[in-house]
Amino acid sequence: MPVQVRIPTPLRKLTGGSEEVSAAADTVGNLVEELERQYAGIKDRLCDEEGQVRRFVNIYVNGDDIRFLSNLDTSVKDGDEVSIVPAIAGG
Amino acid sequence: MSTARRADREMSPADAPPRANSVLDLVGNTPLVDVTAMGEGLSPKVKLYAKLEGFNPGGSVKDRAALWMMRHGVETGELGEGKTVLDSTSGNTGIALAMIGAAMGYPVTLVLPDNVSQERKRIIQAFGAGIIYSSGLEGSDGAILKCREIVESDPDRYFKPDQYFNANNPQAHFDSTGPEIWTATGGLVSHLVAGIGTSGTIMGTGRYLKTMNPGVQVVAAEPEDALHGLEGLKHMESSIVPGIYHENELDRKIPIPTEDAYDWCYKMGEKLGIVVGQSAGAALHASLEVAGDVDDGVIVMIFPDFGDRYLSTNLWHGWLEWAKHRQERSG
Repeated sequence: MPVQVRIPTPLRKLTGGSEEVSAAADTVGNLVEELERQYAGIKDRLCDEEGQVRRFVNIYVNGDDIRFLSNLDTSVKDGDEVSIVPAIAGG
Repeated sequence: MSTARRADREMSPADAPPRANSVLDLVGNTPLVDVTAMGEGLSPKVKLYAKLEGFNPGGSVKDRAALWMMRHGVETGELGEGKTVLDSTSGNTGIALAMIGAAMGYPVTLVLPDNVSQERKRIIQAFGAGIIYSSGLEGSDGAILKCREIVESDPDRYFKPDQYFNANNPQAHFDSTGPEIWTATGGLVSHLVAGIGTSGTIMGTGRYLKTMNPGVQVVAAEPEDALHGLEGLKHMESSIVPGIYHENELDRKIPIPTEDAYDWCYKMGEKLGIVVGQSAGAALHASLEVAGDVDDGVIVMIFPDFGDRYLSTNLWHGWLEWAKHRQERSG
């Protein structure tokens, strides 16, 4: 069972409407690459031109913010749940 | 005795604020402050002013809309004894409703995405209001939908101000924000620049200013992309469009990259001593774009709140390293 990735509403256009997708990877960085292979354009939305996670994008592995783990080097394994959570919008 | 220089104050004792009977009397009448210094290479005939809505008692521009909607509810009898105020909100409106509910004596429950900042949750709770969480993945639209479900399950129990569809939201700004700006600039305001969330601020203020002078340009700052970090603002194309939003009343929309808005927040803190939220950074970014295109004008922008409300969020988390890195990269 690969890594499960929960996709926020603003990115579901790229995943064909899917709220959750799966991908095989051993780190969050590789996971982003794998998502990019499956859903072209997604990496650019998550990472800046230097390849770092954008300041306003939060990525959680099993509920823990990767900023407090090892950022893109944070390891993931089959069965983990990764959530991509944007800032909130609207008044 | 202190040797520090006493700051000169322009305010005379006669201008000092009066005693208030209730916190509700303190809503509005916020100051305009000159932020022209943030522009470089602008025409000397261009002035930039920011309206500091963080001076409202609830800490944001949302006090105005919340007060107008609640008062209207009482006037029409929709809000009365035994009713609970319930609405979906990303934070500032919730804080305003919670504060006003406490002051007026009505219980308040709010539906919030679970990723709103800790500060916001705590302030809302400090006013005695209840919170129901919706999924952060669904953003504010998820909160809107969840709130609708709850109201439909027991419609007689709740008063839902419904800031996205309530005409009293823009009306608050037509009645207060607009006239305040007109008076403070002596009628010289040429441009209004504001972010769009519910769009109440820009719709109501813009409408008022255009009735006073149809030549006033109304400019909206909008997140550049559906996935953004400008808490409080909405990317209209990818969102549930508020019923009070009328795009044809805008003269221009300027797309704002999140990182640029954040950078302006950092720069303003250091250069002006004004620490604001990211939507204010977005308003400044848009205003500077407008300012670069004109030879003279009085550009008034809305700063919806102060930055201390976001200290635990991405805006301030690790900002020093980030600002330094950005500076090095841009040379």
